[in-house]
Amino acid sequence: MASNEEILAGLAEIVNEETGLATEAVEMDKSFTEDLDIDSISMMTIVVNAEEKFDVKIPDEEVKNLKTVADAVNFIAGAQA
Amino acid sequence: MARKVVITGLGATTPIGGDVPTLWANALKGVSGAHTLPDEWVETYNLPVKFAAKASNPASEVLSRVEMKRMDPSTQFAVVAAREAWKDAGIEEMDHDRLAVAFATGIGGVWTLLDAWDTLKEKGPRRVLPMTVPMLMPNGPAAAVSLDLGARAGAHTPVSACASGTEAMHIGLELIRSGKADVVMCGGAEAAIHPMPMASFAAMQALSKRNDDPEHASRPYDIDRDGFVMGEGAGALVLEAEEHAIARGATIYAELAGTSVTADAYHITAPDPQGLGATRALKAAMFDGRIQPEDVVHVNAHATSTPVGDKPEYTALRAALGTQLDNVCVSATKSQMGHLLGASGAVESVLTVLAIHHRKAPVTINLENQDPEIPLDVVTGTPRELPEGSIVALNNSFGFGGHNAVVAIRSV
Repeated sequence: MASNEEILAGLAEIVNEETGLATEAVEMDKSFTEDLDIDSISMMTIVVNAEEKFDVKIPDEEVKNLKTVADAVNFIAGAQA
Repeated sequence: MARKVVITGLGATTPIGGDVPTLWANALKGVSGAHTLPDEWVETYNLPVKFAAKASNPASEVLSRVEMKRMDPSTQFAVVAAREAWKDAGIEEMDHDRLAVAFATGIGGVWTLLDAWDTLKEKGPRRVLPMTVPMLMPNGPAAAVSLDLGARAGAHTPVSACASGTEAMHIGLELIRSGKADVVMCGGAEAAIHPMPMASFAAMQALSKRNDDPEHASRPYDIDRDGFVMGEGAGALVLEAEEHAIARGATIYAELAGTSVTADAYHITAPDPQGLGATRALKAAMFDGRIQPEDVVHVNAHATSTPVGDKPEYTALRAALGTQLDNVCVSATKSQMGHLLGASGAVESVLTVLAIHHRKAPVTINLENQDPEIPLDVVTGTPRELPEGSIVALNNSFGFGGHNAVVAIRSV
């Protein structure tokens, strides 16, 4: 079980690996599309890498609800519980 | 009167140089880019051919980590070469609706395709990368170059096996002549030094098996030639309408005087032994460029070093140039860098342009005992000076499928 801080840090690493964005840019209130300029293909790559890293399942139909980094962190935390 | 098309920018990443200055210096010196492959998979699959000519410089020297991740190796090479050519051309401002791309590949994103297949089998569909399709598609290099340059007048991908890169020049010339574009980024890219293509080309007995001596394996015209050496990389050339180049005060390397494409319709892989399709291509390119045989002083030959391939090209050159062939010096640069498949025509066009520009023909290495049935004047040892005045050089490329493509480069 990872804390929200640990999930955020892990997610930031995944985003950095995929897009080159600095990990510090990945903050809870940021929107993946509006603020971080992440397209749908990159988002799917991030989702699949997050599934592996946090050992959770993120259904495809759930991905569209993950608008902000906080949405993703909260979903992963909930899925781990 | 058709628009005149000139070449104003060159780029390359090859087994004998990661940029054009290095490529040219080595092509004049005569070095081999072929080496024993250090990769584990050579032994894992017990490949019959254990060497190839890998790109001398990794694309990561130019591209960012994220760019590398999102591009197949063939596209990585394409973008590296195109960026060098674009910088070399020095076009600071133009209407990008008038900038096109014609970037070829012979095989496409084979690494991406087969990596994804391995991932599917080993880890399941969820782990197949979402970027797989845009990375493996054969138009990937052209599309990536178009994106990189903001080229909006169309991005074309000729696919004609080992004639692809030369066919890209043909398309580029037509785009400018027909008025559809003012500038075209032309080129070819290939990255197929992967165990599957290596096994496939070996299965058809196309590759040299000189495992104990890779540096001497690519030996066009030599009596002991036993196949080609797989190479990889990319070449890029900026074609520009002459009036566009003059208006901006560009440095002009040479004129792309004529091009042609023909098909043998003879056999899926074997060249027509009489070289009829190649002869028609040579004659058509000369006609297209209003070139007489006596204008031609140099040929960068296709010359892959296969037992069956090298001779029909000689027959075709003799048929197209007649007695003038005795005054033509021939460079077989695949002796140095191997066969870059869909990139070969582009890289060899770069060398042909430089040969005309510097009036110097690059050397052919590994020619020890010239096949008596191929009595060409081959440049060996030291580079050959080309004559003063208006001169023309031809670059031939032929591909499986019976594709023949020729470009004619004239001095300016």
